[in-house]
Amino acid sequence: MIKPTLREQKIFPFADVPEHTSFEAGYLVSVNSGWRSIRPVVNTAACIGCMQCYLYCPDGVIAIQDGKAVIDYDFCKGCGICSKICKPSAIQMESER
Amino acid sequence: MAEKFLSGDEAFAEGIRLACPEVISAYPITPQTIVVEKLSEMVEDGSLDAEFIHVESEHSALSCAMGASAAGVRAFTATSSQGLLYMAECLYYASGGRFPIVMMNANRSTALPWNIYGDQRDSLSQLDSGWIQAYAENAQESLDLALMSYYIAEHKNVSTPFMVNLDGFILTHTYEQVDVPTPEQAKAFLPAYQTENKLDLDNPKNMAFSAGPDTNYIFKYKEHAAMFRAIPVIKEAEEKFAEIFGRTYSGLLDAYRTEDAEYILITLGSIAGLCREIADTLREKSLKAGVLRIRYMRPFPAEEIVKAVSPAKAIAVLEKDISFGNEGTVFTNICSALQGGNITAPAYNFIGGLGGRNISHQDIISIFEKIQSGTAKRVNFIGIGEGENT
Amino acid sequence: MSVSAKTLDKNEYFYGHKACAGCGGSLAVRNALKVLGKNAVAVLPAGCMSAVGFNFPQLCFANNAIISTFAGTASMLTGIEAGFRRRGIKDFTAVGFAGDGGTADIGIQALSGAIDRNDNIIYICYDNEAYMNTGIQKSGLTPFGAKTTTTPAGQNIHGNIRPKKNMFEIVAAHDIPYAATATVGYMNDFLNKVEKASKIQGTKYIHVIAPCPTGWGIPVSDTIDAAREIVDCGLWYLAEYENHTFKINHDPKNFTSVEAYLRKQARFKHLTDEDIAVITDSRDKKWEFIRKNWN
Repeated sequence: MIKPTLREQKIFPFADVPEHTSFEAGYLVSVNSGWRSIRPVVNTAACIGCMQCYLYCPDGVIAIQDGKAVIDYDFCKGCGICSKICKPSAIQMESER
Repeated sequence: MAEKFLSGDEAFAEGIRLACPEVISAYPITPQTIVVEKLSEMVEDGSLDAEFIHVESEHSALSCAMGASAAGVRAFTATSSQGLLYMAECLYYASGGRFPIVMMNANRSTALPWNIYGDQRDSLSQLDSGWIQAYAENAQESLDLALMSYYIAEHKNVSTPFMVNLDGFILTHTYEQVDVPTPEQAKAFLPAYQTENKLDLDNPKNMAFSAGPDTNYIFKYKEHAAMFRAIPVIKEAEEKFAEIFGRTYSGLLDAYRTEDAEYILITLGSIAGLCREIADTLREKSLKAGVLRIRYMRPFPAEEIVKAVSPAKAIAVLEKDISFGNEGTVFTNICSALQGGNITAPAYNFIGGLGGRNISHQDIISIFEKIQSGTAKRVNFIGIGEGENT
Repeated sequence: MSVSAKTLDKNEYFYGHKACAGCGGSLAVRNALKVLGKNAVAVLPAGCMSAVGFNFPQLCFANNAIISTFAGTASMLTGIEAGFRRRGIKDFTAVGFAGDGGTADIGIQALSGAIDRNDNIIYICYDNEAYMNTGIQKSGLTPFGAKTTTTPAGQNIHGNIRPKKNMFEIVAAHDIPYAATATVGYMNDFLNKVEKASKIQGTKYIHVIAPCPTGWGIPVSDTIDAAREIVDCGLWYLAEYENHTFKINHDPKNFTSVEAYLRKQARFKHLTDEDIAVITDSRDKKWEFIRKNWN
């Protein structure tokens, strides 16, 4: 699967800073999980795999695996669009502790 | 090779045809227009296989050239004066992105008042934009720089855009006998453009990104260092050029009778020929005159200037430029070099030729006389009377 | 076959970006790239999406992508398209994603030039109706009545007093091969328009409404609702321009309430009943024109 991914090297000292403003596509060094005050939780029993949450997620953090929505909490910002769009109400927003 | 009778603009277009850019994006402006007309004719008659893109502004001309360069192909644009200023944002963008685009700039006065004639205020106002800046003296050098500019800009150690400046009308529109190399010679001289600094489907890139305080400074330092790396590459290009075309160039500076000169006039562009002629005349009258023509304003030849002026008792800097509220920008640059090189001979600035005003034979004689007698002021405006010149 | 969630490319090309939660613009970019696939070469000018997606070393596009100057989205696309073609590459799409200010204000000249040349590019305007990246200032696409930081709603200014520029009809007036309007609220319609654009030679323009919860003053979870309601109440419409002809894709029999749409958004909170009547009246006039003149 093609997707930007988290990498190990986060700090770029002088020698590692590229000569040009050009670098490997999809290179991530930080996650977005800290942005959330609430998190979407999928009730897999209620999820019908309709893909609407996947389709409307601005961050692309929802995948459908084995017919059920699965959320990448590293990059979910907790906007709650998935929960609102879900017809069978299979995604509930819960408080982050 | 073929001898042709060409204007500076036409000679430059011939050089660009030989350099075979893949994408040309340009917008017409006097006195650059002939270049884009000629290149269009060459594309039309099939002698130049390039995409000629009719952009709707100079900003788009350079933005489009950057797109082409980011796609990994050789790009060309040309402009002048207001056009250069209109694309100014893109100048910094192209150098920061390290896109080795070549641009011809027809040096022309900047409004207001409106004026289409030649002075160098347009390009000199962009010295800090990160472009290599060369100033041609004649049509032959214009053609030769069109070819050499790509060699230097695209060199892997440099990867920096290159602006070749031709004095408006005096050079762009004046006809001279020009030796036009063959495409085979040009091909032997100029290698195909190869770079890692490009968008690539097999190896996708994110380009022209933001960089925060931690790394931004490092990118800028590397850009600065690359400009200095152009110096040995200019030498390399000129040696290879001499081998193939039999014409020699002297790097960042063109020194004339400076070895033993007591009075040295430093200038740039097409006025240098007249200055050399005057130097010869004055030498006959036992004034040891010399002329130093700056070929490259960036990278700036500070060390080379210090070396060349070391025998001088006094130095004059003649330029078609003024930085309002200060002095000529070329003079400022030179004074900085002189100070760094512990040159104690006095230096004087002569401003002339603004808006295309003529600089005469007598004006140049008088520059030498004034610096010899020590009657020059630090900044002198040629042709403006004493009463007016306060 | 039409594009839908099921057929959409599973790869994620725009991921890990720092857009605000619930950002409509990032959803438009994400899904358009899923339609265009890995050989999309994206140009984004200064603006929200470049600011949130390209901070070295956090680079959020998996495909080739580059930031252009603010005014230079279309002209850089032109150069990239020409350059790739010169390299003999055939299977790629040069696509631009510019905001409303980058399109209707500072970038309109370069866009007009590209359409005039009929360069083979797709230009997508994600319209969040103000300069959101700099903190919600009025753009040429800010609608009548909206409060922004440069059109305060007070005794004198009363929010933005000018209607939204009609970019769709401006580009159509160039006789562009394909133009369309869309909203992130009706995703299948948007995806299919992107897909259609990708198969047409010449310049393509898609104008997609992309609500900005931060600038519009709505909850971050309500982006899609707002993006649907703007169409349902008739203040935006789903249309296409093709073969020299305008076509309306969706003609609602009954509009939902304009007032209900506006009252949900903090940017319209100050509007009086008279203001809302003006907006409703201009909607009705537009639809009268559309129904009379478009297919």
